[in-house]
Amino acid sequence: MTAEAVTARGGLTLIDPATIRRQRSFGVFYLVLAVIAALILPNGIDPGANSTFTLKPAGPPGPFDLPNLVVPTQITLYAIAILCGALGAIQLFRGFGSRWAVILGIVAAAFVFGFLTWAAADKSMSLIGVLQLTVQRATPITFGALSGLLCERAGVVNIAIEGMLLSGAFTGAVVASVTGSNLVGLVGAGFVGLALASVLAILAIRYRVDQIIAGTVINIFAAGITSFVLTRILNDHDELNSPERFSVVPIPVLSGIPIIGPMFFNSNLLLYVILVLIGVIHYVLFYTRWGLRVRAVGEHPRAADTAGIDVLRIRYVQVMLGGLVAGVGGAYFTLGSTGSFERDMTAGRGFIGLAAMIFGGYTPIGSYLASLVFGFADALQARLSILNIAVPSEFLLMVPYIVTIGVVAGLVGRVRIPAADGRPYEKE
Amino acid sequence: MTAEPRTPPPSADINQRILAALRETGRGLLVPVLAVFSALVIGAIVIVLSDLTFIDRLRTDPGDAIGVALKGVANAYGALIGGAIGDPSAYLHAFQTGDAEAYRTAFTPLSETLLAATPLIFTGLAVALGFQSGLFNIGAEGQLFIGATVATFLGFAVTGLPWFVHLPLVIAGGFVGGALWGFIPGFLKARTGAHEVIVTIMLNYIAYQLVSFILTFPGYQREGRSDPISKITEASSWYPPLVDGLRANWGIFLALAAAAVVSWFLYRSTKGFEFRAVGLNPSGARYAGISIASSTVLAMMLSGGLAGLAGTSQVLGVTHFMSSGISPGFGFDGIAIALIARSRPRGVVLAALLFGAMRAGSTPMQSTTGVPIDLVVVIQALVIMFVAAPALVRGIYRIKIPQTTGTEVFSKGWGG
Repeated sequence: MTAEAVTARGGLTLIDPATIRRQRSFGVFYLVLAVIAALILPNGIDPGANSTFTLKPAGPPGPFDLPNLVVPTQITLYAIAILCGALGAIQLFRGFGSRWAVILGIVAAAFVFGFLTWAAADKSMSLIGVLQLTVQRATPITFGALSGLLCERAGVVNIAIEGMLLSGAFTGAVVASVTGSNLVGLVGAGFVGLALASVLAILAIRYRVDQIIAGTVINIFAAGITSFVLTRILNDHDELNSPERFSVVPIPVLSGIPIIGPMFFNSNLLLYVILVLIGVIHYVLFYTRWGLRVRAVGEHPRAADTAGIDVLRIRYVQVMLGGLVAGVGGAYFTLGSTGSFERDMTAGRGFIGLAAMIFGGYTPIGSYLASLVFGFADALQARLSILNIAVPSEFLLMVPYIVTIGVVAGLVGRVRIPAADGRPYEKE
Repeated sequence: MTAEPRTPPPSADINQRILAALRETGRGLLVPVLAVFSALVIGAIVIVLSDLTFIDRLRTDPGDAIGVALKGVANAYGALIGGAIGDPSAYLHAFQTGDAEAYRTAFTPLSETLLAATPLIFTGLAVALGFQSGLFNIGAEGQLFIGATVATFLGFAVTGLPWFVHLPLVIAGGFVGGALWGFIPGFLKARTGAHEVIVTIMLNYIAYQLVSFILTFPGYQREGRSDPISKITEASSWYPPLVDGLRANWGIFLALAAAAVVSWFLYRSTKGFEFRAVGLNPSGARYAGISIASSTVLAMMLSGGLAGLAGTSQVLGVTHFMSSGISPGFGFDGIAIALIARSRPRGVVLAALLFGAMRAGSTPMQSTTGVPIDLVVVIQALVIMFVAAPALVRGIYRIKIPQTTGTEVFSKGWGG
């Protein structure tokens, strides 16, 4: 018997053995984190050491600057160890019932803070810098997640996000370099994403090719053709691969808000595009007739067809829109970030976007929150390698991929997938 | 290549039987051959369109531009073929003079093709075995890296053994390394339903990081080097060359043996039958009392082990040390090879020879004509597309192709 059966309201409850197992393993996991925080991390740290976190963004002082956050390193670590240990013990013996997700969040946040405190012992770390970088790194992942969402809600698996991002990055850089306008580059990137998506749509919907194979074709093709043109032309013609980057456009008033302002309202165009896109997709998907139809097609195409919905048309449109979003998102890698295109520069972000979509429960807002988690892992790795800490950078670089596996393995909760996801539809 | 040849009535004339078998094979080959042909045609278009001289000439002298285009394609593909199977005049010269050096020069391209085909046979088999068991292993690349890393370790850390002990030990180590990396997605799929496609892709990235960490680890890293590169393995773990002075080595025979074993395993053994049953119809297999979980785990491990052997053959036969440049994407080539072979081991060998030839020819192509190696990747993607969508081939060439395979559906949601 677990506490869950007792605390659960509504009388008869079915206890899923997998849930109990998960609860137990979480308890053990929290205790392990507590042990790390109490015994391993404080090793070799001077008892009087302080960790300093700056909350003021780089640049000239503003009206709402927050003072630095200074905490005693060892005491903080012990406090976090006690918190994790206590929650772990309760989790192990009583369980938290339906609130387990909140507890997981608290423990994860506490441990990550402890880790940062340890990394910043006797040093100063820009916390706001990490948060800003989190939002930046999450942006292309979110584009990928939204692209996947648009397709999969209509029942078409889009594993080609990676290839679409890569082609978008490439096209964005080249078109912006040739035309001298990065807005035109953005349009070009979106167009190429659209073109690849139409190949995916034709293969998957018309020819009913297995959708994963169709997506793999596009990924391999995109990797091949971008590297081909890069080696054959761009390497000797630097002027074709040196676009101007999108400049930072702070939003008046909002960018002055402490913490939130520098994170979300002091960025380039593409972050604002993604924030608007999240709202639009959420609204269309859940509050319009089109969205209802899309969801119906993704869940039960036969029923939707019977109700007079053109299943194939909805799938075509959704896949094309997904390609458009992924193409535009790809431009972030060049126009929004480094400037010039490099071979295989998306480095699996499209697949991580796919995982963010799953983690986010196939909703736009959930996908964004999940992308922020991945973005944070990415940002942390980037910052910590600067601080020169004892963890090899390779292991930090693995973190987003390991988290992704944890997500698809359902270690962090189960997600309901659109029922017809990945199945070709044949009209009777 | 094709479905098992139908057994003709015993009275049938031997000639008729041969004809029937040929027709069967021909029909099976039609789609792959046309797929490769179409991919090469599109590849030619890519070569022309990315040729700046051609673009330039198009503006000034459109008539001449066509000549430039044709010459560009002919040069590139000529270099590709020459680099893959050799130059007739070099062969002629070798036969006429009988000079050993001339022979070596003439046979170098063929040797390079065999060399490149060796790991491709392994990764092709790895992906094919997965396909037959209803699994899509995109992680052959990561399994290859892990297998090669383990093999390299056994290659330099174990010393003083005679080759007939050391070589099998290292090969076994490479297999086990890949199998362990394949175990993770198999286990996660069987236990939690996590889709192997995402898990194997993620494990590829994790493997790159893990290997680059190991490569700079003291004791593994070569002394006096600061870049990620391993020690050099003992000569007792190397594959002997087929002919002195050429790079092709006995590893190709291990690859062919692996193809024979996989073929026997899939079509003649009980476990292999179970694998295929699970791949064709999981619920039917479960009803017949086959454990899908254990079949999934075992199939992923065998698949990973085969991919590990691909990495091993690179270390033992080509580089003799481990570095991150051990594979130019053999694991991904395996997907194309398995698809074009429709997951039949014999077909994998043929397709691997074809792609090995392209890999071997692409290096001289890039150095002599400036057409990048990545053209091969583009062609591969197109080949997969045409093979996976036979209707496309049917539409282009207006021919009747019997519906030989229904592509299995791998994408049934992402688990989780």
